[in-house]
Amino acid sequence: MIQSIELSKKYGEVTVLNIPSLEIPKGQAFGLVGNNGAGKTTYFNLLLDLIKPTTGYVLNNEIQVNKSEDWKPFTAAFIDESFLIGYLTPEEYFYFIGELRGMNKADIDTFLSQFTEIFNDEILGGKKYLRDLSKGNQKKAGIVAALIGSPEVIILDEPFANLDPTTQIRLKKLLRDLTKNSNATILISSHDLGHVTEVCERIVVLDKGNIVKDIKTSEETLKELEAYFSV
Amino acid sequence: MISHFLKFEWKQFFRSSYWQKSIALNILLGFLAVYFMLTFLVLGISIYPILKKQFPESDPLIMVNGFLFYWFLGDLLMRFFMQKLPVMNIKPLLALPLKRSTILNYVLGKSAISFFNFLPLFAIIPFGVILIFEDYSTTTALIWMLTMYICTLIINFLNFIVEAKSAETELSFLPIIVIASGLFALNHFDIISFSTLLGNSVNAIIENPLLVSIPILILIGLYAANYSELKKKLYVDGSLKAKADVAVTTDLAWTRRFGDIAPFLQLDLKLLWRNKRPRSTIFILVIGLLYGLIFYPNPVYKEMIPMFIFVGIFVTGIFMINFGQFIPAWDSGYYKLLMSQNIKYKQYLNSKYSLMTISAVIMFVLSIPYVYFGWKILAIHFAAMVYNIGINSHVLLYGGSFNRKKIDLTQRAAFNYQGTGAVQWLIGFPLLLIPILIFYVPYKFINFEAGIATLIILGGIGIVFHQKLMNFITNQYLNSKHKMISAFDQNN
Repeated sequence: MIQSIELSKKYGEVTVLNIPSLEIPKGQAFGLVGNNGAGKTTYFNLLLDLIKPTTGYVLNNEIQVNKSEDWKPFTAAFIDESFLIGYLTPEEYFYFIGELRGMNKADIDTFLSQFTEIFNDEILGGKKYLRDLSKGNQKKAGIVAALIGSPEVIILDEPFANLDPTTQIRLKKLLRDLTKNSNATILISSHDLGHVTEVCERIVVLDKGNIVKDIKTSEETLKELEAYFSV
Repeated sequence: MISHFLKFEWKQFFRSSYWQKSIALNILLGFLAVYFMLTFLVLGISIYPILKKQFPESDPLIMVNGFLFYWFLGDLLMRFFMQKLPVMNIKPLLALPLKRSTILNYVLGKSAISFFNFLPLFAIIPFGVILIFEDYSTTTALIWMLTMYICTLIINFLNFIVEAKSAETELSFLPIIVIASGLFALNHFDIISFSTLLGNSVNAIIENPLLVSIPILILIGLYAANYSELKKKLYVDGSLKAKADVAVTTDLAWTRRFGDIAPFLQLDLKLLWRNKRPRSTIFILVIGLLYGLIFYPNPVYKEMIPMFIFVGIFVTGIFMINFGQFIPAWDSGYYKLLMSQNIKYKQYLNSKYSLMTISAVIMFVLSIPYVYFGWKILAIHFAAMVYNIGINSHVLLYGGSFNRKKIDLTQRAAFNYQGTGAVQWLIGFPLLLIPILIFYVPYKFINFEAGIATLIILGGIGIVFHQKLMNFITNQYLNSKHKMISAFDQNN
């Protein structure tokens, strides 16, 4: 589904990402881990054509992302708060995203009803704009918005950060169900090795922009990762 | 500690994207600064000989003191709109082992060395030096200079208090305008003559240098007031925290009839209504509408028809210009979202275009009563509207593709120059001056109707080629997409 070919990003002399080749097949739950500055967000930004690659390119369903915009209809992402429109209420925001993805209000209302638990009465129906929500609630809204319209590729940067424990557990279940029930390709990054091993079937470790491990998740994966990072 | 702070300031200034990204704007600002300094210098040097020549009987110093009221009032107004309390991002410092008083004194102290306090010296010092050469006692001259500088600082700190007070109300700059014009009126109609009062006080200080302690005490008092005002705000749940508005959900179902641009149109309308700064562009409409009243009734402008073109462009295009020049910076806060969502750039831009077009038509309709001043005015407004829709809107959209400055929508509205870059300076000329030229040539060589027709035809051509122009503009935006994303990501 997603192929990265000779992909690299340099800022001046510093190479922040260098991926000669990486292929993520359709329907895979793909996890990206690495310390700060490993290049996780850079990689996601490249997938979304938010920054220009220095060399190479990304193919999303055979579409080169920096050449055509045709990947946008089936790709959704939540990277950070700059993906939220602060002066909208959460509902308006969902309706707006829904509209861009060809869903009307009724569709969105049905869609949102499955997230009642996660929203915990703090998001919908409140008299608050997104800019006034807490960081955690903003994140919930952003993640849910990224799931609108059954996208085939979902990119979530640090989805577990800032969430309360209950929501973390619910989100993990949600993501697992999603990979099981739909054919969506999910890409997430995380600093929490536990969460990422629970959700993802494949984990790639980045270090200073290079892929240092590419693991198919198994019983031992968590231990292996912990050993790797506890240097 | 202070040396650390100074280093921060230095770094903040030189590492900001302003400095690094827009040399043109910096050069322009540099020129402006030099221009103001020279103006003040010329003022300081020439005022004595001029007054001496015009009024040989009076004492120039006394006369200057008589005008101080206007100077100070003007200074205060200028500062209100241009100068902000340099609240260097205080928040990160709060948790550090720094005394609150150090932070506060630094912030306040720093404001004392701003350009606004520096500028008057260019007038004060030469005038003072001339006084010495003109046989005033050196003490008089020095005391006068000192008093003037203290007064400058008083205005500096007074302004911050005024700003803080008016920031608490939603009226932003209305109170200061009302108060300033009130003071001016009281003085002008001799109800309370502040200028005499102020002049006499300064004269008294010059005669009795000990009295200089009074302005010094006022200065200290104002400093203390600022200090305690700021101290109250130095908590993260205090004024450093933004107030949350109660959300009002609106449907805006009527926008549906605009087809595929409807979601963006809804977004733009909410943007305009729910954020302070864009909301002020709506209120400016009223000002724009009344703008014609300055020119049309005035016999001085009776024969200056080309000037009316300017007014017409301004009246029908005020919203367009105010809103349009910051496309797409209005959306800078969530630009990444727009760029990664299922959005066609063209639809996005077309929504902005529609909004500008609608505003021009509405402004034209509202300005129809100006027909009272003659049918020519109506014709001019109509031509200006067509020109605005056909040409200026496209120019604004095109100019927008060069915008590299983000706008933080949560910031205050009045005279907030965030997002203003060289683009905004450069684009003003073609928007307002070119239509005058276009009108002037046929007007001069043929007649009024020919001038109007030229404007309408040009505007019409723009409307006919709208799709072509939009394709071109869209490409410009696509080309600068990555630059915009990275620029909007930076905090200035």
